[in-house]
Amino acid sequence: MPIFINGREFELKPGETVLEVALRNDIYIPHLCFHPKTGKAGKCRACIVEVEGRRGLLTSCNLVAEEGMKVVTDSKQVKDAQKIIVDLILSSGHHDCLSCEQNGNCELQDAAYYLGIERPSFDLAPAEIETDNSSEFIFVDRSKCISCGRCVEGCTRTVVNEVLNFANRGFETRISFDNELPMGESTCVQCGECVQLCPVGAIIDSRMIGRGRTWELEKVETVCPYCGVGCKLEMHVDRQKNEIIRVTGVEDSPTNEGMLCVKGRYGFDFVSSQDRITTPLIKENGKFRAADWAEVIPYVGKKLKAIKKEFGSDAIAGLTSAKVTNEENFAFQKFMRSEIGTNNVDHCARL
Amino acid sequence: MKFYRSHLLIGIDDSSLQAGVKEFETALRNELAKHNLTDEINILETGTLGYFGTGISMLVYPEQVTYVNLKLEYIPEIVSEHFLKGRIVHKYILDKLSSKYDFNYQGRIVLKNSGVIDPENIEEYIGTGGYEAWEKALLEMKPEEIVAEVKASGLRGRGGAGFPAGLKWSFTQPLAAEQKYLVINADEGEPGTFKDRLIMEGDPHKLMEGIMIASYAIGATKAYIYIRGEYKLCISRLRKAIDQAKEYGLLGKNIFESGFDLDVEIKIGAGAYVCGEETALIESMEGNRGTPRSKPPFPGVKGAWQRPTVVNNVETITNVPAIIKNGAEWFKGFGVEGCTGTKVYTIMGDVSMPGLCEVDMGTELRKIINEFGGGMKNNRKFKAALVGGAAGVFLSEKLLDVKMDFNSLNEYAAVLGSGAILVMNEEVDIVEMLWSVIRFFRHESCGKCSPCSNGNEILYKLINNIRNGEGKEKDLDLMLHIAAVMNDTSFCALGESLLLPVKSAIENFREDFLQRMK
Amino acid sequence: MTNDIAGIKDTDVIMIIGSDTSAAHPVIAARIKQAVREGTAQLIVIDPKKIVMADYAKIYAAQRPGSDVAVLNCLMHIIIKNDLYNKEFVEKRTEAFDKLKAEVMKDKYSPENVEKLSGIPAEKLIEIAEMFGKAETASIFYAMGITQHTTGTDNVKSVANIQMLCGNLGKSGGGVNPLRGQSNVQGACDMGGLPNVYPGYQKVTDEKAQEKFEKAWGKKLSNKVGLTVTEMIDEAYNGKVKALYVMGENPYLSDPDQNHVIEALNKTDFLIVQDMFITETAELADVVLPASAFAEKEGHFTNTERRVQRLNKVIDAPVGAKDDWEIIQLLAQEMGGKWNYKTVSDITAEINLLTPSYGGITWERVGRMGLQWPCPTETHPGTPYLHKGNFARGLGLFSGIEFKEPDELPDEEYPLILTTGRVLQHFHTGTMSRKTEGLNRLAGPMVMISVEDAEKMGIGNSEEIEILTRRGKIKAPAFVTKKISPGVIYIPFHYKESPANRLTNPAIDPVAKIPEYKVCAAKVQKIN
Ligand SMILES: Cc1cc2nc3c(=O)[nH]c(=O)nc-3n(C[C@H](O)[C@H](O)[C@H](O)COP(=O)(O)O)c2cc1C
Ligand code: SF4
Ligand code: SF4
Ligand code: SF4
Ligand code: FES
Repeated sequence: MPIFINGREFELKPGETVLEVALRNDIYIPHLCFHPKTGKAGKCRACIVEVEGRRGLLTSCNLVAEEGMKVVTDSKQVKDAQKIIVDLILSSGHHDCLSCEQNGNCELQDAAYYLGIERPSFDLAPAEIETDNSSEFIFVDRSKCISCGRCVEGCTRTVVNEVLNFANRGFETRISFDNELPMGESTCVQCGECVQLCPVGAIIDSRMIGRGRTWELEKVETVCPYCGVGCKLEMHVDRQKNEIIRVTGVEDSPTNEGMLCVKGRYGFDFVSSQDRITTPLIKENGKFRAADWAEVIPYVGKKLKAIKKEFGSDAIAGLTSAKVTNEENFAFQKFMRSEIGTNNVDHCARL
Repeated sequence: MKFYRSHLLIGIDDSSLQAGVKEFETALRNELAKHNLTDEINILETGTLGYFGTGISMLVYPEQVTYVNLKLEYIPEIVSEHFLKGRIVHKYILDKLSSKYDFNYQGRIVLKNSGVIDPENIEEYIGTGGYEAWEKALLEMKPEEIVAEVKASGLRGRGGAGFPAGLKWSFTQPLAAEQKYLVINADEGEPGTFKDRLIMEGDPHKLMEGIMIASYAIGATKAYIYIRGEYKLCISRLRKAIDQAKEYGLLGKNIFESGFDLDVEIKIGAGAYVCGEETALIESMEGNRGTPRSKPPFPGVKGAWQRPTVVNNVETITNVPAIIKNGAEWFKGFGVEGCTGTKVYTIMGDVSMPGLCEVDMGTELRKIINEFGGGMKNNRKFKAALVGGAAGVFLSEKLLDVKMDFNSLNEYAAVLGSGAILVMNEEVDIVEMLWSVIRFFRHESCGKCSPCSNGNEILYKLINNIRNGEGKEKDLDLMLHIAAVMNDTSFCALGESLLLPVKSAIENFREDFLQRMK
Repeated sequence: MTNDIAGIKDTDVIMIIGSDTSAAHPVIAARIKQAVREGTAQLIVIDPKKIVMADYAKIYAAQRPGSDVAVLNCLMHIIIKNDLYNKEFVEKRTEAFDKLKAEVMKDKYSPENVEKLSGIPAEKLIEIAEMFGKAETASIFYAMGITQHTTGTDNVKSVANIQMLCGNLGKSGGGVNPLRGQSNVQGACDMGGLPNVYPGYQKVTDEKAQEKFEKAWGKKLSNKVGLTVTEMIDEAYNGKVKALYVMGENPYLSDPDQNHVIEALNKTDFLIVQDMFITETAELADVVLPASAFAEKEGHFTNTERRVQRLNKVIDAPVGAKDDWEIIQLLAQEMGGKWNYKTVSDITAEINLLTPSYGGITWERVGRMGLQWPCPTETHPGTPYLHKGNFARGLGLFSGIEFKEPDELPDEEYPLILTTGRVLQHFHTGTMSRKTEGLNRLAGPMVMISVEDAEKMGIGNSEEIEILTRRGKIKAPAFVTKKISPGVIYIPFHYKESPANRLTNPAIDPVAKIPEYKVCAAKVQKIN
């Protein structure tokens, strides 16, 4: 038997929650603390629904879907309560969407839009905006934090760096790095898992600030160039400027499940570095001069041919690279073996 | 062990500290020393004695007399009159009904021994027939028989929710697990409530005996008592009780050669109100931040360290020995149909005789106030009673004849647990009372879920506005609406709690609110 | 890795030896920490440094650098003695168990004796062996801490020995799991970027293989095993290697005994460097060819769990730079080769054709999540873990490995052991990571030294000191810590301003030809 959501029938997979069934079938239920990776938290309470035969409102993120269950996600009672909940959340911080980096990519915005909340109705926002830019790559704006706990869960249970936690209680609850240290002085390793999980603009990549609205950036998946784990990552690109603005981990990758380390997430300045060589160089009298490809290829070819002729193929050796693609490695060793005629090919794998 | 003639309990709390209780205590010790009474009279510091605004107060055992509003100058008189000559200095004691004062806790089951036996002496407890039930349970009954007996007795949880204790045990008892736990909830965080404290102070062995029987019944070989850190005296008495029980072979390995092992450990609480909620309590016990867990799984199936764990209130468990000893039928002779046994109340506020009483379930509130609380203090007019502590209801005169049991209180049933009754006379402003209730919850919201933490904050702002004369009548509706959403959607019962006080205050005492809007 | 990363969920005991996992392979470290946190696995860490992973370990053992074989033999000694090994596996799936037994059961490997060799207390060795031996499934993760020794091959074989002994191969959650250091080391090896094999580990000395490639490429090929990196440097130094073509590597900083490397590179007649930057090596080159970055091209990387994953072009390369394969093709054509790849995928197709384990990993099939080799045909689903059912050679071969001391041991003049490695924030010789300023601010050069040694010499934290070996000297600020054993110092090798490899010993493992980066004799002194 299927499950019924708002009168429509849906198949369910074992163990799935009502929220998961709904989202899978493009039925939106506001949800701010649930994330597929950190799982149910039951903290925001925005995901409430009604279930026939059950008393009261139930949070759908931790409600296991059962066959024959009749769920309503959009009754007046549900939406009225959701509206208060989300309005209170929106009112509790400084959600200045126009200037927020997360604008357009914010789950709180989505929920407010769905519920028709135009502006916060309650006077709850703290007087002061509290930001923390003490760390290298991550900017924290606590006045936007909705205490959903995703970052804390991620830091504690996913990357297991155990830096983030909650401090204080009640309305004063705030995220804390170690024991309320500035992020830059804590044991944080700047892996950015928290950034990736934050549904709002409370923890963001500091280097993306002011460098492009989310909807203007194109996303391309590729593989991290650093260590051998081979994390899948997604680069957010400004096409016009031909620049990488930010990097996120690919959540459904079996290799890294969305996680990255500080190098993979933030260490990509080298790509657009001013130090990149943009023209072939030939050394003359101990100094490099620029050359073009049409000149340099025959120049190299001539030299190699001469050495091969005079000293034999084995007087030439080549180091291929653990940083280039399989195809390029293949081409390189083929070049050494078939064109130079030597097996003198190796790379710095073991170094 | 040293034998003392008297024990003086000096309440150490904010108000007594402000009144200079420390100097008072030093002066008292000096005075006693002067009269060579040091070996006869024992001074103990305890947490608040639970009387509102009574400055330095001192409870004298075994007489059970409470001196209040003490001053340094009174010391010589009290020492020479009371401690040397044995004459109570009536002018300084708590305003009791009359001279025919009889400080009996109306004890029936739970408080039967309190103030009668020396709580630090296991022999005295055994002398009253103590630990017979344990022996009977362990040697003559199967665990499932005990569970059945408790089920039959109709005993319901005294920690708040009123869940049938036997039924709760029956979920855990059959589970096969490497380890199960019993946890005694002695966190007693409800303001103005100190029934559990006095139960543990007055008769710690009875709680111990209950723990033994309950642990055996559910198959727990380890029991914890999760107790407020302020309850210093309870803790020391419980420690003594555990040591003595071990010495007598009532605890430990292979008890009475039955093959059953049991160890009891005391865990000091984290000091937050929400840590009284059973799943938050478990989190806190595990060393985590004390915030509630989602249910299911229920603790009875997956509790402390993921093992089946039964959490029961002190009072609930203290009822158990008598049930086992005398049988379910006997127990059902107390109280009313569907709500058996007795209930311990803390009566506070504008009554003549604030304190503790144990009465049958189903006793009318009016009777409790008049007979056990000694009626209104100074014969002032009754205005309201806040029943059930901060999460309780504001009852007006009209509702005074309500019977105090889970069924009669019906929608208000949740308030019964803590057993706190705060009586207010006509001068009390309900706006102020509700303000302090909301302030309490705002302070105690753990911050785990958004409706509770944000809701309490906005309610606090709204009540402050009203209090400052800036409120509007429509704010009352908004408060009700928000409290209702909090009730419907909060993660744990703490966030649900404000609806009752807010609703009952606004509905029953609307005038007080409108008064502030003029 | 014989096994896959996801399989970490299936293991009961994890042993990390010779890997500062959270620094060099942080995401795998996270997976291991998750398993420990969730309680599905217990962790054993054996390392000279008290690395972060040690905080998650049930047992941490501080080991003297270079004592790996002694330790592993001792563990096997105890496991066999206490009858904890997997008899069925040993009987059905392996051979030469006698040889192993003959070696490891020697009295030399008793816990008491190995305590003397490794510095790990005997009781702790017993504890580790018991935990490891009793585990239903146990896995071993290691990195350069195992391989970068003159006994590197012995170390690796010992890891294989203990895993065969305990039957931890051919099932999910077990395995011999080397963590590969660079994004595509695995691919570079798979693709025949080695002096002795063609793509897919087909030996150059194997006539059939030679024939196959000669036919495919239409050229006569050499059947003589070529030179390894270290040998190339030596032969360049000796004047035998006249031309060196270096693509995307920086031997200046990555190879041992820096002064020797520089001289060797200078001695070549013709040094070609193909890179994104003027690296330290490129400075010495005769020709530098500008290459595009990973984000500017397409192709595949093969990760440490043998997963072939697609690289997509993210942005355009700077005008003037070319993809490495294009440059190689231009040179090949210049040399007279009839190369005609139009796109990268043309090369992929040739790989599929010539590399059996990559046969089914076609451009079209790789998909978003990649495929794990061996994947011989287009219908094969890929292989999460190796050796299921049987080994490539049939039966697993035990070898008796004798413990040998490192090449250079501390003495009166150089009383300390120097070991090198990585930090989290930087990568290899820093050509990529050091271009990000934030990373530089997070982690600069340092030399880790124990509190005991620092106190003895009056060295304060952050004080710049000199580190000397027989090869040279460098300066670096001291990081005085309890996390390292007395007698051992540690220097990360990323920094050209404090190049650890000016100090390291070029002595190499006779088989794998890997230099002994993890042990050499050193001394430190204050700068006056
Ligand atoms: C916010 C909150 C505070 C609570 N505080 C206490 C407490 O102090 N003592 C207690 O026994 N139960 C308290 N409870 C009730 C417990 O969660 C639990 O129901 C009780 O300990 C079960 O025991 P019982 O069945 O014997 O009543 C509290 C519940 C909530 C929601
Ligand atoms: S960056 Fe990583 S380590 Fe730092 S707080 Fe965020 S999740 Fe934790
Ligand atoms: S910082 Fe973001 S992820 Fe963390 S609790 Fe706040 S809103 Fe949630
Ligand atoms: S209702 Fe309040 S106390 Fe309970 S979980 Fe939510 S915030 Fe915490
Ligand atoms: S998504 Fe369900 S409570 Fe937040």
